[in-house]
Amino acid sequence: MNHARRNSVLTHVAAWIVAICCLAPIGYMALASITPQRTLITTPLKWIPDHFDFSRFATIFSGDGVGGAFRAALVNSTVIAVSTVAVAMVVGILGAYAFARLRFRFRRTVLLLFLGTYMLPQIALLIPLYLILSSLGLLNTLTGLVIVDCSLVVPFVLWILSNYFMTIPEDLEDAARIDGTSRLGALFYIVLPAARPGIFAALMFAFLLAWDEFMYALVFTSSDAAKTLPVAISEFAGRYTTDFGLVAAGGLVAAIPPLIIALIFQRYIVSGMSAGSIKG
Amino acid sequence: MTVVSAKSAPGTPGATDGIKRRKRDRQGRLAFWLLLPAAVAVFGVIIYPIFRTVLVSLFQVNSALATVTPFVGLGNYAQALSEPQFWDSLGRTLYFTVVSTALELIVGLGVALLLNAKLKARWLFRTIVVIPWAIPTIVNAAMWKGIYNAQYGALNALLTQLGILHEYKAWLGEPFTALNAVIIADAWKTIPLVAFFILAGLTAIPGELYEAARVDRAGPWRIFRSIMLPLLVPSISIVLVLRTVEAFKVFDIIYAMTGGGPVNGTSTIAFFAYTRAFSDQNFGIGSALSVLIVIVILILTSIYLRLLRKSEMSLL
Repeated sequence: MNHARRNSVLTHVAAWIVAICCLAPIGYMALASITPQRTLITTPLKWIPDHFDFSRFATIFSGDGVGGAFRAALVNSTVIAVSTVAVAMVVGILGAYAFARLRFRFRRTVLLLFLGTYMLPQIALLIPLYLILSSLGLLNTLTGLVIVDCSLVVPFVLWILSNYFMTIPEDLEDAARIDGTSRLGALFYIVLPAARPGIFAALMFAFLLAWDEFMYALVFTSSDAAKTLPVAISEFAGRYTTDFGLVAAGGLVAAIPPLIIALIFQRYIVSGMSAGSIKG
Repeated sequence: MTVVSAKSAPGTPGATDGIKRRKRDRQGRLAFWLLLPAAVAVFGVIIYPIFRTVLVSLFQVNSALATVTPFVGLGNYAQALSEPQFWDSLGRTLYFTVVSTALELIVGLGVALLLNAKLKARWLFRTIVVIPWAIPTIVNAAMWKGIYNAQYGALNALLTQLGILHEYKAWLGEPFTALNAVIIADAWKTIPLVAFFILAGLTAIPGELYEAARVDRAGPWRIFRSIMLPLLVPSISIVLVLRTVEAFKVFDIIYAMTGGGPVNGTSTIAFFAYTRAFSDQNFGIGSALSVLIVIVILILTSIYLRLLRKSEMSLL
């Protein structure tokens, strides 16, 4: 009993340490974003400032110049991430159903080809993609970025969903099909509702991936018309090297949408992925 | 209807084969249509660029506006392989890959065990651990750049106030320290993902196995060694492959945190290819380097897949 108690105390201490390691860097960034510049660069550092300075958030949300560019990037990132997720989920659900339920020639090969694209570094496709987008008039457009982002996100969605669909018993579907429901009907009315954890996990992965994408956005955008938040933040950080507070404020705002998505769907990660990881 | 008749159809083997084949053909056609949108979305975007990059790597293309682009065969490859910078950045990338993957797997496994342990506020703990993963890479890079700052960074402040460090240190100012600093920043964001992957594998272990171990009076270490670890091999293998490939391709965090510096000390192979192609406008060499990266990744993955097959594990 004593032994078990000691183990439990140790486990809790370890969990506290991990939690602090997860939160401390973000806490510092949050504090820096509201610490007056003069206090921020003093030595020894005063962790909690005497008074808070919210002017950087005002700059971001109402100022011209930096603020305008940031707000444009926030809108662009949102439009791109939401569109990419929508396209990738629809396309991914259809494809994953085929992989999970249908028997066809080269099934394994085709699946491996999709997953194999993960091995391609973006740099290997960058220059030709630039030329293609340019000739199609899609450079510096949201549509262009959604198209290239989908090619990164779809293989992930296919992987998570086809693994999850395989764990759903086929009997239910068979029963419905005997009653005359079509394949697609069975997919929508039986498989999808049963696959909710897998769908939510895939949705979360897709959103985080799309929100995080940097290299394509860096090279394929040139103005507020299509620049995404990662590009805006990296430019920010390059231009205002001495003003960490402003970069921290921008970074914090840029992290809020993916944080909300992650916190909402967090409980589905484990159930949504466990299906995939035990498949032998 | 056909499902039923195909299953229960009596008769000659030849007739059953015919029905089976027809069923397979129909499934094949349906699969084609269901997979077509995904194939267009992925391969429609990448197929042509792959061929194009391989092609460009065989020509000398010195600028974006170059009109004369002589065919040089494998000349670009020969040149890339003869540049000391190539080998330096390849070595750095391998170091980055091995150290960050090992760090993430070991710490990630520990965190996964904690996520799975009986904790008072387990939901809260799980929620907190997800957070670093959701922070965008570029934001993560800017954040750690601030933490490592030589004049006012939090790490310097913390370590001097604790008396561990006597004067502020330029963490990103010395090549090898900077590379390790980037590895830590990258691992901070990635460990949660690794931990949740392994946790997914942990929760799939049947509870009866633990019961049986308890009946046998097996200690925690024994349970970990004999039950958890063997059953975690599949999920750990998947994470290992994913993280190795991802680490080998690393670009974003390098670009935003150090710009490859100081003195190229954090310039990984993808970053090197990027600078050769865009800063130097040498698209021929840049393309050859990209192809070389893909080749190394293919080699690494095939080694892994062979090892996995040996241990009778499969990715799919």
